[in-house]
Amino acid sequence: MTRGLRGLGLTFALAGCHGTQSMTEGAGLQGVQFSNLFTLFSAVTGFFYLLVIVGLIGGLILRPREDRTAEGEKAAGVGFMTWLGGVLLGLTALTVASYVADRNVAAATPAHPTLEVQVTGNQWWWDVTYRNADTGQELRTANELHLPVGVPVRLTLKSNDVIHSFWVPALGGKQDLIPGRTNMLTLLPTQTGIYRGQCAEFCGAQHAHMAIDVTIEPRDAFRRWWAAGLAPAVPPANPLAKAGYQFVMTRQCASCHTISGTPASGRVGPDLTHLASRRSIGAGTFPMTRGHLFAWVADPQGAKRGNQMPYVGLDADQLRAVVAYLEGLK
Amino acid sequence: MSSRSRTSCVLLAVLALLAGCDREERRSRGTPLAEAALGGPPESILQPGGAVPPPPDARAADFEENAYAVSRGQQLFQQMNCSGCHAHGGGGMGPPLMDDQWRYGGRMEQIVASIDQGRPNGMPSWRGKLTPQQMWQLAAYVRSLSAQPREDVLSGRSDSESATEPPTLRSRERVIPSSPAGVQGTTP
Amino acid sequence: MSEIARDGETLKGAELEERLARTWSRAPGLWGWITTVDHKEIGRRYIWTAMTFMVLGGILAAVMRAQLARPESGLISADRYNQIFTMHGTTMMFLFAVPVMEAIAIYIIPLMVGTRNIAFPRLNAFSYWTYLFGALLLWVGFILNIGPDAGWFMYTPLSGPQFSPGKRTDIWAQMITFTEVAGIAVAVELTATILKFRAPGMSLGKMPLFVWAILITSIMIILSLPSVALASAMLLSDRLIGTQFFNAFEHGDALLWQHLFWFFAHPEVYIIFLPATGFVSQIVETFTGRRVFAYPAMVLALVATGFLSFGVWVHHMFATGLPRLGYDFYTASSMAVAIPAAIQIFCWIATIWLGRPRFTVPFLYVIAFIVTFVIGGLSGVMVASVPMDLELHDTYFVVAHFHYVLIGGAVFPLLGAITYWFPKFSGRMLSEGLGKAAFWLVVVGFNVTFFPMHLTGMLGMPRRVYTYPADMGWNGLNLLSSLGAVVIWLGGLIFIANVFLALRRPRGAAANPWGGSSLEWATDSPPPPYNFAHQPIATGHTPLWDVTDVLPVMTGLRVDDREQLITTAIEAVPDIRYPSPEPTPWPLLSAIALAALFIGSIFTPWAVVIGAVPLAVGFIAWFWPKSPPSKEPVIE
Repeated sequence: MTRGLRGLGLTFALAGCHGTQSMTEGAGLQGVQFSNLFTLFSAVTGFFYLLVIVGLIGGLILRPREDRTAEGEKAAGVGFMTWLGGVLLGLTALTVASYVADRNVAAATPAHPTLEVQVTGNQWWWDVTYRNADTGQELRTANELHLPVGVPVRLTLKSNDVIHSFWVPALGGKQDLIPGRTNMLTLLPTQTGIYRGQCAEFCGAQHAHMAIDVTIEPRDAFRRWWAAGLAPAVPPANPLAKAGYQFVMTRQCASCHTISGTPASGRVGPDLTHLASRRSIGAGTFPMTRGHLFAWVADPQGAKRGNQMPYVGLDADQLRAVVAYLEGLK
Repeated sequence: MSSRSRTSCVLLAVLALLAGCDREERRSRGTPLAEAALGGPPESILQPGGAVPPPPDARAADFEENAYAVSRGQQLFQQMNCSGCHAHGGGGMGPPLMDDQWRYGGRMEQIVASIDQGRPNGMPSWRGKLTPQQMWQLAAYVRSLSAQPREDVLSGRSDSESATEPPTLRSRERVIPSSPAGVQGTTP
Repeated sequence: MSEIARDGETLKGAELEERLARTWSRAPGLWGWITTVDHKEIGRRYIWTAMTFMVLGGILAAVMRAQLARPESGLISADRYNQIFTMHGTTMMFLFAVPVMEAIAIYIIPLMVGTRNIAFPRLNAFSYWTYLFGALLLWVGFILNIGPDAGWFMYTPLSGPQFSPGKRTDIWAQMITFTEVAGIAVAVELTATILKFRAPGMSLGKMPLFVWAILITSIMIILSLPSVALASAMLLSDRLIGTQFFNAFEHGDALLWQHLFWFFAHPEVYIIFLPATGFVSQIVETFTGRRVFAYPAMVLALVATGFLSFGVWVHHMFATGLPRLGYDFYTASSMAVAIPAAIQIFCWIATIWLGRPRFTVPFLYVIAFIVTFVIGGLSGVMVASVPMDLELHDTYFVVAHFHYVLIGGAVFPLLGAITYWFPKFSGRMLSEGLGKAAFWLVVVGFNVTFFPMHLTGMLGMPRRVYTYPADMGWNGLNLLSSLGAVVIWLGGLIFIANVFLALRRPRGAAANPWGGSSLEWATDSPPPPYNFAHQPIATGHTPLWDVTDVLPVMTGLRVDDREQLITTAIEAVPDIRYPSPEPTPWPLLSAIALAALFIGSIFTPWAVVIGAVPLAVGFIAWFWPKSPPSKEPVIE
């Protein structure tokens, strides 16, 4: 069953420009454990369900023999004890399997993973910060996660406002981001690919649009991404982009957004330094295309009503200029 | 908001809850408010010929009597680090916002003007850094620090460190009216 | 020397009935309707109201499915959808599921235990009005676009003062207060009725299984509802007067809400489920012609479920980062709570094996219950495991799970029970043909709607999303679910039509049209205001089946004043004659005062002070001691 669902998921994943969000994908240690457990649980519970249905149908179809009521009662008594024993055994087996799977995952992930990423939840976007403990360098991005395959990563989960929940189904289980608490989640990606996650705890008006794009890639690809990410923002290349740059630096944009290497250093909204190399805009609201950038910047409230980016009311020239600048931020 | 519920709001206008409709509206988009026409700071509260002060700005009620606007203002107050100078209304480098002393006027449009234009001795000008709607939301929150809006518009506290008493429990003196319904003379 | 008229050899038959009717009936017209304390009338009122809220909740569900039928649909805005799904959950859980179970119990329990009225009948009237006012508060708020919108379990800090501005959440929190007051009141009445008003001879070990189910449920209500009432009061206090219970920055804790809420809400789902098992037991007994197999095991299963259900609530919080060792305990306890349900399923099926099933509409619903609820129970076993829950939590898989257990486990038995007891409520039989048509549509439609949600969840669709992208692979499954919802609605409409058409027919149902065994079938359909002309005696588990010609009765209760017989709690030995309260308007007036107090307190704390005055007046008038009917010699 799992394989069929995985096939289903894969098929649809190929159709999408972002990754699959199916939990049968099994691209991380916990994800694989889940698939195995699910197969076991389905088998055991399915078996018991079959017994119930067979028993029910038998009782409905077969007529009791009047003269054998006492025998029937005794048989039912024996059946009762057998059934009870079977249920106890089944539930114990499933409980033990669950514990074993849980402990296996814990054992397979090291206590101090070398890669640490801080994920802070906001209404309605993910603030993702990689910190290199040795050099002290920080890579700040938003709504995306790049991870090297086969390397355990510890996510430190915090929230700036309400309870969110970090969840990339293909990689594994979810963990809440609770204001006032720091939660940890250790993941071990086992398969490369692009995947998608979504906030899994209702967090307000635009909970439906709080997705995260995850890329699992080979280690050297990850290092290349890391190096490119640490670089400051690409300067504007042409006059239109320069006009956009001016607008962004002197108007409302810089109050909330950071673009490293420029005067814009607001911490309220997502970091835009390498905006154009992300797969989506607005935490999964739009795919990253030129047209969608126009739509977002022109009216963020139309696309994602209630989100914290205000409607500024740019005129056509300002809009063209700003988008020309933003799409150069690779 | 769909037109159908707007109609039902109107139909139930006889109920006191009609005020609730305005309080509860969540205008996250709003129309772009004109950045100009806010005027300068008042030199004096006295009016020539002893006339009554001009009526408050019609836009004021949309924000001051709207719980969502006050709440957004509260979040903006934290995000834009207004507390850096004004603390949580108690003042520090900047003047307190919780009392009834308004150097540059305490009406909604006057507070918006202060935010928009900046003021001497350190209040930066936020024109172009915040949208007009955000400034009006901030002004609504600032007025709530001195408990000017109606009690049912305010929330008991914010979800952060608490430095002051709950807005819903502050003693209320309607010093500076802001909505057309509450026009009265200003106190000296 | 006593001139007190009592029933017995000298006073029986038509004359007795006429005098009893005069004593026990209420004034005609609106005044009588307001002042009544008759459990049957109040029970019927409760059932109508709760079923109306089921329909309203169903309308909300239909709107949700219309929105989700297509990806990125613009049918409903985000804010409106969030209000709708919150209202759907809140209405179904607080205004329908628990009240309807209590409602049927209010009607049936006094009849089934063989007494004339429920205990504390004025409290019964008061609880109905309180429930109604709370429900109206919520729905009027929703219609005015100030309905709650942070989910039916309102996690803080989303539901707190900063992130839920305005009165929306306050309305929800105060509605909780109303409905929990009403719920606890009814639970107290039912517990007292079952423990003290049972017919002589109906010892605890001989009570029908439905009575056991309601007794356990009532005790669970009394123990669990205060938790959510406390939590909602704390939330209101945070929001309105600035306390810090749920503010992490001031040493409060957002998770405190979750603990308090789920400590209530998990027993709540068993509060909904256990009465349904009572329905199933009664229906199985009647339509197989024999007692349910292994009565002691069934009773112990009910007690065990009630007990264990208080020890599993953390399984709603597996993703919050609590210690792993604690989670292990809750996995084990959540698995364990499946065992009593498994026992019950076996016993019902064994009863069917040993008996002669009759395929009437109520029995069909029992079959649907077994087939459906067990699926829900097994998907519950899956989410009891922490590694599995960490994937499945907050996805459509869980939505599928709880609808399977709630609709399969509670609504199907409910529809069967309504059909089963309809002649007793109204004196008419529902049409079998329409009943069967509704049955098939509802059951098939339900599976078409909710089974695909298991898959949708596994493909990654989270809960509570007002829309979803078009290329996630969820389109077809969502459309299928939405089409299934249409089928459920068709079935529901036929069921409703069946009810209304039946009510237009003249009364004519027999006292015991199905051949049931319990005491409610020993009186007319519908029962007269006094329920039983003489106090019945229960000779065993199945009084009406044990009787050879005439049901044994006990005589000697007053005829011209309201009087009931109190028996001892365990053995049901006759003990005390108890004067039963007369109709009175004070429960309604007190409820109005309470409503004014609660609703006003959302807007200003002064309402608590000012509102306490009329409330005190109402309560004092209600509880003013009344002189006993007439001088009474020592109780024999």
